[in-house]
Amino acid sequence: MVSLLEYAVIGGILFGIFFSLIGIGLNLIFGVMRMINLAHGQFVMLGGFAAFVVSHDFGLNPLFGIPLSIVGAIIIGYPLYYAVVPRLQKSHDPEMLSFILFFGIAQVIEALAIFAFGADQRSLPGDALGGGNLGILGQDFPDSWWVAVAVSVIAIGGLYLYFSRTKLGYATRAVMADRDEARATGINVDRVSVIAFVIGLALAACAGVFVPYLLGSVSPDIGDNLTATSFAIIIIGSLGDPIGTVVGGLVFGLGTMLMQTFYASWSNLVPYVLLVIIVLIRPTGLLGRAVRHA
Amino acid sequence: MREAGLLRAARSGIVVIVVLAAVFLILPHFYNNRSLLFELMTFVVLTQGLNLLYGFTGYLPFGYVGFFGTGAYSTALLVLHTHLPVVACVVGGGVGAIVIGVILGPLLRLSGAYFSIANLAASQIIFFVVSNSNLSGITGGPYGLKIDRVYAPEASYLTMLVILLVATGLAAYFRTSRFGLGLRAMTQDPVSAEMAGINVVRQRVLVWLASAAVAGLAGGAYAWNLSVFYPDAVFALQIGVFAIVFALFGGVGTVIGPIVGAVLLYLLYDGIGISFPQGFELLYGALIVLLVLFLPNGISSLLTRRGLRVF
Repeated sequence: MVSLLEYAVIGGILFGIFFSLIGIGLNLIFGVMRMINLAHGQFVMLGGFAAFVVSHDFGLNPLFGIPLSIVGAIIIGYPLYYAVVPRLQKSHDPEMLSFILFFGIAQVIEALAIFAFGADQRSLPGDALGGGNLGILGQDFPDSWWVAVAVSVIAIGGLYLYFSRTKLGYATRAVMADRDEARATGINVDRVSVIAFVIGLALAACAGVFVPYLLGSVSPDIGDNLTATSFAIIIIGSLGDPIGTVVGGLVFGLGTMLMQTFYASWSNLVPYVLLVIIVLIRPTGLLGRAVRHA
Repeated sequence: MREAGLLRAARSGIVVIVVLAAVFLILPHFYNNRSLLFELMTFVVLTQGLNLLYGFTGYLPFGYVGFFGTGAYSTALLVLHTHLPVVACVVGGGVGAIVIGVILGPLLRLSGAYFSIANLAASQIIFFVVSNSNLSGITGGPYGLKIDRVYAPEASYLTMLVILLVATGLAAYFRTSRFGLGLRAMTQDPVSAEMAGINVVRQRVLVWLASAAVAGLAGGAYAWNLSVFYPDAVFALQIGVFAIVFALFGGVGTVIGPIVGAVLLYLLYDGIGISFPQGFELLYGALIVLLVLFLPNGISSLLTRRGLRVF
């Protein structure tokens, strides 16, 4: 019993760190652009297929999916941003309209992914990221989990350094704090936004590379679920504060693992119940933006 | 002046209702694919029900299908466990959806996208609970429910038609009445509307419950028509998503727009979507993007721009 609890807690922390990486891109894009990228989960899914393609079609280590994801995020992100965002920001209700628009993009990506990869679930060879188990406190977890956690820590740490050490990172934080004032001080808001958008997509896709390992498989239809989960995570953490995502990831990871260990059949409820509870009891925590004013 | 305008508008509402009733009563005599007509009506009802909420208050319920599924299950459970007439059980489906609407009422404190996502999460929670195998004894878990002893395609068809007319009547009422004028005011500026004496919270909750009831009634009649269904058949998120796309396409906030949008796109779906679902998914995804960018008020705004008033 105790060891089962230990397993759930340690597994939950590992799972949670990985899910912080899944959610962080959504939070970054929201923080900078004040738009919810409802196609977030679909970009995670594309990352999973990037790993599948490099490993299945080119016989490379699935980790090469990471550079492929970053290149893909740049190729898709820049044109997508300039095609839709400037037009949306001129409309009468950018927040709601972008929400609907990105939902449309999500459907397009999902359909194209089915054309390209088929609707089946795909998994990756288990030994590509080391076939053994690595133990901590007597609890064993597959090597692939540790690799995913290591990559997550590096990526989140890198984002932290970007915010705290680079000029562009400062500018990004300024835009997150107040878009208009940032513009007034001479920051090129559009450039900062497009870079944040591309980084957000790249982070999502990099997380996706490990989805076949941590969730067992990848298929074109997992996107919506991942978007909802990511949204729950960033709301628990703090909407608009990318680094705060880690808190949300850990709460989600622990919650899921504990449920899976003790009440397995109810564990799929975790992200949704967390989301509704948090949204209802802490609406002001969402930067005060989630609450209507009358 | 205003009275005359209202009268004219009310007349338009009656015309739309009469035309709809005539079309769906006469069509089965010429066209024998009754299940297609039934599905079509179901989607027109759902699109109109969603339009009641989104078109008149600006709240977009991404998990609208939750009410539909709740209605289907409430109706089926009433049929199985009571001796009420089936039509009363369908009404019970509407009541079930209203109960869920009351429970989820606090979601209306949220605005915009937060409401949408929380509503989506809520509908997933209902779905996972209903389809959970631990509850097989009550809801049939993943195997769904069977009410085939009351199977009656004719009666359920007529019931759905009545629900369609009710939903259309509600939309016409919102479009023409003082109540609807208040709704329009509070969508534009809730604070000023409150100052002008509109009870914003009460009106919004009423619209929310009316919208929930329409979906619940539709779910009840749908369950009756299917008579054997799995949880997926009445809780698939795609059902609610279709309602959103159809409403956006036709033009929200009008009475006719959602009807036209649902009919056109559902027929298109029936033509290509069932045999080639990802093709249709690609199409409606692209359609959403184009609508948001170029026609945020749907195809009815093509007429509005030419100076024609769309009812």
